[in-house]
Amino acid sequence: MSRQANRGTESKKMSSELFTLTYGALVTQLCKDYENDEDVNKQLDKILFSHFLPRGYNIGVRLIEDFLARSNVGRCHDFRETADVIAKVAFKMYLGITPSVTNWSPAGDEFSLILENNPLVDFVELPDNHSSLIYSNLLCGVLRGALEMVQMAVEAKFVQDTLKGDGVTEIRMRFIRRIEDNLPAGEE
Amino acid sequence: MTVHNLYLFDRNGVCLHYSEWHRKKQAGIPKEEEYKLMYGMLFSIRSFVSKMSPLDMKDGFLAFQTSRYKLHYYETPTGIKVVMNTDLGVGPIRDVLHHIYSALYVELVVKNPLCPLGQTVQSELFRSRLDSYVRSLPFFSARAG
Repeated sequence: MSRQANRGTESKKMSSELFTLTYGALVTQLCKDYENDEDVNKQLDKILFSHFLPRGYNIGVRLIEDFLARSNVGRCHDFRETADVIAKVAFKMYLGITPSVTNWSPAGDEFSLILENNPLVDFVELPDNHSSLIYSNLLCGVLRGALEMVQMAVEAKFVQDTLKGDGVTEIRMRFIRRIEDNLPAGEE
Repeated sequence: MTVHNLYLFDRNGVCLHYSEWHRKKQAGIPKEEEYKLMYGMLFSIRSFVSKMSPLDMKDGFLAFQTSRYKLHYYETPTGIKVVMNTDLGVGPIRDVLHHIYSALYVELVVKNPLCPLGQTVQSELFRSRLDSYVRSLPFFSARAG
């Protein structure tokens, strides 16, 4: 690999406080723009059809390419391997934390990511009038978008959140189905 | 040694980018048609190769050659496909194709919020960087332009 490649794939250092505060600014702005918490949660997670407002899902769709370019991780063989890669490689690379993977369902299609500390909420306290806001919901959208690009449809949601008084932050991931490659229309 | 041309496809078969260097003879069909045929061929060869594999496949299909040229293929788990045609003297160039993906496509297109994904890449920067990278390759012949 050439020198230029190394420069491109090197991880760039950035202040985590700046990151946390920037994320806070994003959530605050969304809270101002939308009437209720439900809509904010949706915006954080969801598909926005504008290229200029890439949040959650849209971030995931692009982030996965960066992840693959930098990590050299190949295709996963099963959902357990995927879970490990998400926790040990992806979270480490982008948030500097390694959540633990637990609570597997017997069928092996659901698991939980337990975040001991969530860097997004370092300076955050939820005001009373935003009790149903899922502050870090962006993460769910990122996970969903990224995995969809590697042919896995998943559902991701917060089931515990330290902001709501729980001891840890827990993201529940559920495998829905494999997305098969299709030949483009009219080529069969 | 020389590089003939390069295709970049996404997972839906859209040709994101095409460029050519030393290509003396054209296919004689419209470019759109050529992309479709190329993608269809890759799609079939990929599934055929994985069906015939006696062991679990890792990287899958890498390259094929005819008496005149060699086609190199690189695919990411997200289904981005980089295809480069060269002459027969060129060895394995997986790292080159990976570089085109990771240092050019990801850096200049995916990370550029103004570049919509899933359609032809309009970025002039991407085109010119790709062109100069390919021209700088050791197996890119210095004669002809």
